Amino acid sequence: MAAPAQPRGPAAGLAWPARPDPVPAWNFAVRQLRFWLTDYRRTWRGSIISTVLNPLLYLGAMGLGLGTLVDQHGTASLGRVSYLIFLAPGLLAASAMGTGVGESTYPVFGSVKWNKTYQAAVSSPLRPADLFHGHLLFVALKLTMTSAVFLAVAAMFGAITSPLAIAALPVAVLTGLAFTAPIEAWTVTRTKDTSLAVVYRFGMIPLFLFSGTFFPVTQLPVWIRPIAYLTPLWHGVALCRDLCLGIATLPSALLHVGYLLVVLGAGIIAGDRSYTRRLYV
Amino acid sequence: MSSGPVSEVRGLPLRVLPGRGPLRRAVRSVGGRGSLFLVERHALVYRHTWLVFVSGVVEPLFYLLSIGVGLGKLVGSVHGPAGTPVSYAAFVAPALLASASMNGALFDSTFNVFFRLKYEKLYDAALATPMRAGDVALGEISWALLRGALYAVAFMVVMAAMGLVYSPWALAALPAAVLTGFAFAAAGMACTTYMRTWQDFEFVTLATLPMFLFSTTFYPLSVYPRPLQFVVECTPLYQSVVMLRDLTLGTVHLDLLWHAAYLAVMGLIGLLVAGRRIGKLLLR
Amino acid sequence: MTTALIRARGLTKRFGGFTAVDGVDFELNRGEAFGFLGPNGAGKSSTMRMIGCVSPPTAGELTIFGLDPVADGPAIRARLGVVPQEDSLDVELTVRENLLVYGRYFGLPRPVIRERSDRLLEFVQLADRQDDRVEPLSGGLKRRLTIARSLINEPEILLLDEPTTGLDPQARHVVWDRLFRLKQQGVTLVLTTHYMDEAEQLCDRLVVMDAGRIAAEGSPRDLIERYSTPEVLELRFDPAVHENAAEKLAAVPAQRREVLADRVLLYVADGDAALAAVRGLGLDPLTSLVRRSTLEDVFLRLTGRRLED
Repeated sequence: MAAPAQPRGPAAGLAWPARPDPVPAWNFAVRQLRFWLTDYRRTWRGSIISTVLNPLLYLGAMGLGLGTLVDQHGTASLGRVSYLIFLAPGLLAASAMGTGVGESTYPVFGSVKWNKTYQAAVSSPLRPADLFHGHLLFVALKLTMTSAVFLAVAAMFGAITSPLAIAALPVAVLTGLAFTAPIEAWTVTRTKDTSLAVVYRFGMIPLFLFSGTFFPVTQLPVWIRPIAYLTPLWHGVALCRDLCLGIATLPSALLHVGYLLVVLGAGIIAGDRSYTRRLYV
Repeated sequence: MSSGPVSEVRGLPLRVLPGRGPLRRAVRSVGGRGSLFLVERHALVYRHTWLVFVSGVVEPLFYLLSIGVGLGKLVGSVHGPAGTPVSYAAFVAPALLASASMNGALFDSTFNVFFRLKYEKLYDAALATPMRAGDVALGEISWALLRGALYAVAFMVVMAAMGLVYSPWALAALPAAVLTGFAFAAAGMACTTYMRTWQDFEFVTLATLPMFLFSTTFYPLSVYPRPLQFVVECTPLYQSVVMLRDLTLGTVHLDLLWHAAYLAVMGLIGLLVAGRRIGKLLLR
Repeated sequence: MTTALIRARGLTKRFGGFTAVDGVDFELNRGEAFGFLGPNGAGKSSTMRMIGCVSPPTAGELTIFGLDPVADGPAIRARLGVVPQEDSLDVELTVRENLLVYGRYFGLPRPVIRERSDRLLEFVQLADRQDDRVEPLSGGLKRRLTIARSLINEPEILLLDEPTTGLDPQARHVVWDRLFRLKQQGVTLVLTTHYMDEAEQLCDRLVVMDAGRIAAEGSPRDLIERYSTPEVLELRFDPAVHENAAEKLAAVPAQRREVLADRVLLYVADGDAALAAVRGLGLDPLTSLVRRSTLEDVFLRLTGRRLED
């Protein structure tokens, strides 16, 4: 080096600082968030297809196409709104789940098992929990973006009737995260990718089909309804629908949000532990 | 066809294909006996993960119960191909079988093939033996068909149990479902050989989801205005939906052969391209 | 008509504008152990892939068993065993199932594969691991399984592309031992390596490849005699006088003098005499070593010390 370095250490007559400057924990998580954003800058074009276009295609095919048949047959069980208006909030919540599950499976598994970017990251000052929180932040951003686009396009279709629908945006984000956190906590412990397929086959697809997205849960046999009511997706769908139709009440809204928050919180606690166990071995 | 002009096992007859030129090349690139060995390999792998294999049966059934039964109550009945009203479940079930055949075949021939091609290096190992590129292509497609046929049988049994089968012609729906699988498996594998990253697979979804949603799966063609009807009539999944629906509802007519021919040609072209491209990629 | 098992004349492989193999000639006879030696990117693996009939030559002539690899690929491959540079084992299967599936690719009947697998697993000392899944096996075990797999069709020629790269010393010695036994059984071995000890241990005849061409050919002994001196004197000086001493050493009669960052190498017929001459000049090396020339000296002489990649 040309210029002499700043005198350091005891030689300069200064004591070594007892501890390095404290870095706030959120700062570490933000560093990991930046990693995912960089990655997203490269892949967002393809990912737009599954996160934004797919739910809109469903809305077009089912809401508009099939909707003509449903509306002819009578919409008493839907609360006397057209099928399109009934379906849109359901798809909003369901596609948030889809994004949440998608983000919590293969990208996380790949970071541990295939690319080993997580192992590389924990040899920096970042701790396993920082990686987890950074990814959750990224998913939250992505959910906000895709849900907002969906809401805007659905409104242009005429599928949104109440200004309260704006409040459905954070609910959709919360619904997505309520899937991401617990599933991610589990994914990071997996050693074989075949187990991930099970999440889709026995988790996401049945929820997508039976948690009130396409038809009211009251259409299901009585004995199976309590199971539907226990799923986080049903709470997301129910609250998004009440908000988009403008019929939400405060107690029921609090109940749904509270349930989703509990699931998210439990997922975060579990994830903090499983990330640490998996990456500090 | 033997797997090579000179058989490696003493006692098996030699087989030399006649002539050279484009015909011989085309026939050779389709693959032969060697493809069975790849099927054997996959069967061996799934002995370890049979639960994953069997669980594939349930996915189309979930759709049948949700859309056919749950949503069906909201729709009531629709006009079937013969113009008479049929229950929505009976209308949608064969279409769900068609799209399940498409999706299953595509999953095997795109994601799985890409993984084996780029990461597992399965075909590199196979091509160090007397196996040919065509054997690899035909083997993968045969496996997809075998698996698809198994799932189709399970689906048809459930359909029959739910009273959604109206005619003995429904038995012919089984080979029709397998033909659907063949067309999409072959085309899917051909496309996979052009893919470079996992992101490219979003385009598979981009092609299949609109087909799944709009190829008269969920409502009759009459919902669309005429120009749009023409577009839908051109899609490969539409051929399969018409075939399967008409067979299970018992509205059989000779036009069905045209739909079958469409899928057969699509599959054969895919098979030829896939064999050629695998060779180009691995035998460099 | 040639009796050579493998014969190449002007064999060339181009990828687009890049020439990986640039007109090489070689011949290989039955029972030989033949080595391609060269730095990374010298064209060894491309040559091996052409011999393995998985890479059509761009130009030149290549026959294997007197057959054309492009027209008769499957027939040739039926008589070859291939150990690729990177293990291409089937990680979804067990050790034994790998042999079964691979044997089936050759069209072998199951009972034949079963009987051969027993022998081969014994041969590579994997019999007690035969029902384990392949994925968690160590690199050395995987390599041994790859070798067993390559022998399932009882090949006449065994192609080994860097058979021991990345293995620990114990594992390398096990692999060498097995390859030596195969050679004794009359299997023709063709291998690529950038390890001199491996080439010296296993090969009857070598070609040194560099930048797609053959730089030299012969037995290890031949090559050392032709391209190096019987002995090498290695001198190490105090770093402060290193350069100065190196210049003065020009006065010592040597066939070649090589000045490295930390040492000076003198290629001479008699090392002790040269060391006496060094001391006669009033030079006092910190350490001195007289050793016999090795294949490594030949290799570095022919392919240089520069790094390319």
